Amino acid sequence: MFKGRDIVTIIDLTKEELEVLFEETDSMLKYKGLNLRLLEGKIMAAAFFEPSTRTRFSFETAMLRLGGRVIGFSEPSRTSIAKGETLADTIRMLNAYSDLIVIRHSIEGAAKFAAEIADVPVINAGDGTRHHPTQAMIDLYTIKRNFESFDGLEVGVLGDLKYGRAATSFIYGMSKYPIKHLYLISPPQLKCRNEVIEYLKFTGTSFTEVEKLDDVISELDVLYVTRIQRERLPDPAEYEKIRGSYRVTLNHLKEARDNLIILHPLPRTDELPNEIDSTKHAKYFEQAGYGVPIRMALLKLILVGEEI
Amino acid sequence: MRRDERLLVSKIQDGTVIDHIPAGNALYVLKILGITGREGLRVAVVMNVESKKLGKKDIVKIEKLELKKDDVNKISLIAPTATINIIRNYKVVSKSKVSVPERIEGLFSCINPRCITNQPREPLKSKFRLVSLSPLKMQCEYCGYIMSHDEILRQLTGG
Ligand SMILES: [Zn+2]
Repeated sequence: MFKGRDIVTIIDLTKEELEVLFEETDSMLKYKGLNLRLLEGKIMAAAFFEPSTRTRFSFETAMLRLGGRVIGFSEPSRTSIAKGETLADTIRMLNAYSDLIVIRHSIEGAAKFAAEIADVPVINAGDGTRHHPTQAMIDLYTIKRNFESFDGLEVGVLGDLKYGRAATSFIYGMSKYPIKHLYLISPPQLKCRNEVIEYLKFTGTSFTEVEKLDDVISELDVLYVTRIQRERLPDPAEYEKIRGSYRVTLNHLKEARDNLIILHPLPRTDELPNEIDSTKHAKYFEQAGYGVPIRMALLKLILVGEEI
Repeated sequence: MRRDERLLVSKIQDGTVIDHIPAGNALYVLKILGITGREGLRVAVVMNVESKKLGKKDIVKIEKLELKKDDVNKISLIAPTATINIIRNYKVVSKSKVSVPERIEGLFSCINPRCITNQPREPLKSKFRLVSLSPLKMQCEYCGYIMSHDEILRQLTGG
């Protein structure tokens, strides 16, 4: 099911496969803090063509916790890539040195291309504005831990839905489950891309695009918050006027359902102020805590399979 | 062939007749086939003639030319209604409708500049998957961008 396979998008995984991953994650959580030897002798290559701290550290920690080892780079400026080496050649080299490649790249489709070139499995740790499948796995797992089932949930995704890869992958992930409704909350300039909307229609996911959190906050069981980068908007001055609509406040939470959970892929800026942290709705630190166990489970499943 | 067309163009001995091209697209068909007129081939272009199926249509006749698979695929993208007649010794020896392929490789570029297929020197071709026939839409298999028919036409014809 997982052994030897590439993970390029969350779309490629079935609900059943995600279930296997989540069960494996449950066991990894039990071993938290222990050093296991499941991946002894295995080498993970971390090819971070774009800076990342969180994702890279959590992949590396996951590998080390399982007894594996890590090679790689996080500053392409200091490698042969800066000298003009193609992605194809870099991947061929890492393919020869390692048992698995984790790639992050600002170019869209880079992970799929890397997966076509490499014989060893490739995991996409983010390609441009497109996909971030392991983040989506963490997000889905957090919902599952909090609700048991996705059935009938009403879910809101807030922020930059056009360029945000975490938001995009989360939306693809939600389309796999029988949720009741998906609210896509964003400024008009940052609405979901055409291909994402087409996919939601194709999967028959019930969804609405809205512009204000205020209008839907009382309907939500899950609120997925993402950051809006000012430079993404054609007119940053205009944005100052509307930014309040994309910022979660204690006032919003007065309207919220009792069981509402708030998620965020982190790092955050002011869309999710610190005052929310102490509310019962804040689940983003719990969510961040699943980063390593999910990736431990995924690395284990890909490198040695379901058995053991 | 109808009488009024016969008035315009004589029959060809050996070659290809591309019929039922949506009116106004004949020159695009020539363009993507790379026919400029300087090849010395005898070419006839008939534009905006009556058609039962299409209302109006264009026809292109090219002597001595046999189409390759890539050519037929390109024609299908510009003129999804086209029929292709192979002529030998003044007779139609085969007649077929073009059909838009489910997958297309390397025929036109993805419009997204940040797509891996648009990076110089990387050894790969563009790849698209048909997502809708009418209106025609194809999705880049790498970056996911969905190209509209207009965008595909612009990429194919360089305009
Ligand atoms: Zn593309």
